[in-house]
Amino acid sequence: MILSLEYLYVLMGVIGLCCSIYTFLDKKNTKRITSGLFYFIYAVTLLLGKVIPPFYIGLLVILMVLIVGFGGLEKGKYDSTSEEEREAKRKRLGNWLFLPALLIPFLTVIFSKALAGIKIGELFLFDPSNPTLVGLGVACVIAMMVALALTKSTPKTAIKESRRLLEAIGWAVVLPQFLATLGTIFDKAGVGNVVADIVKHMIPSNSLFWSVVVLCVGMAFFTMIMGNAFAAFPVMAGGIIIPILIQQFGADPNQIAAISMFAGYCGTLMTPMAANFNIVPAALLDLKDKYHVIRVQVPTALLTLLLNIVLMYCLARWQM
Amino acid sequence: MVLIGVALIIVGFLFRINPLVVVTVSGLVTGLIAGIPFKDLIAQFGEAFTTNRYMSILIITLPVIGLMERSGLQKQSALLVSKIKAITAGRLINIYFLIREIGAALGLNSIGGHPQTVRPLIAPMAEGAAEAKYGKLPKEERENIRAHAAAADNIGLFFGEDIFVAVGGILLMKGFFDQNHVVSDPVLMALWGIPTAVGVFIIHSIRLYLFDRRLERRLGQKKPENKEVKSS
Repeated sequence: MILSLEYLYVLMGVIGLCCSIYTFLDKKNTKRITSGLFYFIYAVTLLLGKVIPPFYIGLLVILMVLIVGFGGLEKGKYDSTSEEEREAKRKRLGNWLFLPALLIPFLTVIFSKALAGIKIGELFLFDPSNPTLVGLGVACVIAMMVALALTKSTPKTAIKESRRLLEAIGWAVVLPQFLATLGTIFDKAGVGNVVADIVKHMIPSNSLFWSVVVLCVGMAFFTMIMGNAFAAFPVMAGGIIIPILIQQFGADPNQIAAISMFAGYCGTLMTPMAANFNIVPAALLDLKDKYHVIRVQVPTALLTLLLNIVLMYCLARWQM
Repeated sequence: MVLIGVALIIVGFLFRINPLVVVTVSGLVTGLIAGIPFKDLIAQFGEAFTTNRYMSILIITLPVIGLMERSGLQKQSALLVSKIKAITAGRLINIYFLIREIGAALGLNSIGGHPQTVRPLIAPMAEGAAEAKYGKLPKEERENIRAHAAAADNIGLFFGEDIFVAVGGILLMKGFFDQNHVVSDPVLMALWGIPTAVGVFIIHSIRLYLFDRRLERRLGQKKPENKEVKSS
């Protein structure tokens, strides 16, 4: 293929690297060296993840945790534009300001749907296994060029602004990668099997109602621990869905599967383990409480979980 | 024994220790308990970290978003919305929620997202709608509005996306059933997701309606006072 994900990582790494330089140079930040080092190391892992042996990447990753653990990560000071300057720019551009922001989703959809299968010669234009991510990357590059032209800014300004946003997100930016890493370790250590055994012991095999309850709550609970409903499904399907609901009670696999996955998503809404959905946005929106998004989601998640239980029970009952 | 790692996670999050530290300690402890040699464990950390780089894709959106914010995009979003009289913070988020869910159901997952849509557009628009009604917002309500905007993005995405047949969740379930010789149909799986998708839309829309009512109750009285301040 011509455009692979690896190019995006290089671009991400370069953005991170440039940001870290500004952090190092930020004299007003009392922890500029350790803070800069954090972003610098992160950029290196993005840029050279495929080149540096995993053991050394692992050490770098631990070093990042140590910096954060000992409070070495601090936000800097930014010479952002004055209010008047910003207003003048805004008045001049008006609704044109929306153009780059709207280009990102628009172009991503076009690239990932329409251009995904296009080949130039023998090669795919886009990485066929990840057309959406590559599409998003290309869309962002085009949107950035439009934004630079529109606001008559230099790339340097774009990097300075990226650094402001990156530091606002702070350590949360790497949390999703850490959680995915934890998931791998949990998997290797067999945590899933142990939890599955516990859940299996809880099932009263002669009650349809309680089987449905254990399945739905179990999906949500297991998803909360692993941070991902996809990891929960095989465990619960092997333990409850196939042996009890389908074989014993004759439930429809399609109905059970659809609803149990949604029960898992209710768990996703309630766990900090799904960091890219729940924690990163809180950091991105500058919320004081990093669990604020989760707090807002919990009532909807619980009500929907209840809805799933009732729905699944009624459908299975009706099938019998 | 391996559950010690899970326990560490729960305790760590409950005591609000930095999640990065909690996750790393839990991973190291779990790995060592499971008997993975230390050197291999570190290597696995590095390898999984590299494999999952795609999760940090949001970095690529930062230059555009930062540049537009510097030129007043958030203010412009707020202004655009404040001209519409009928709009409230809750209603605006509700409209976005609907678009997000339907979009995801049609396989258009990329029309939303926190860095590219919620932060520069939806959150400021919702804040702008509230400000047009109640004047300057207290910090607490401002954060509530933002959190609701982020939540609508998640809920819409999750419960919309499984209605689209070619999505990971559906394919995973189909694959698992096939392995275990259970007959299933991805199209029917997607269709049976619709009742919950509609249900969650109703549930969350009611909550957004109640959120508007609560904003009105808390900030409604302050309205005349704020108007005076503005005109004087």
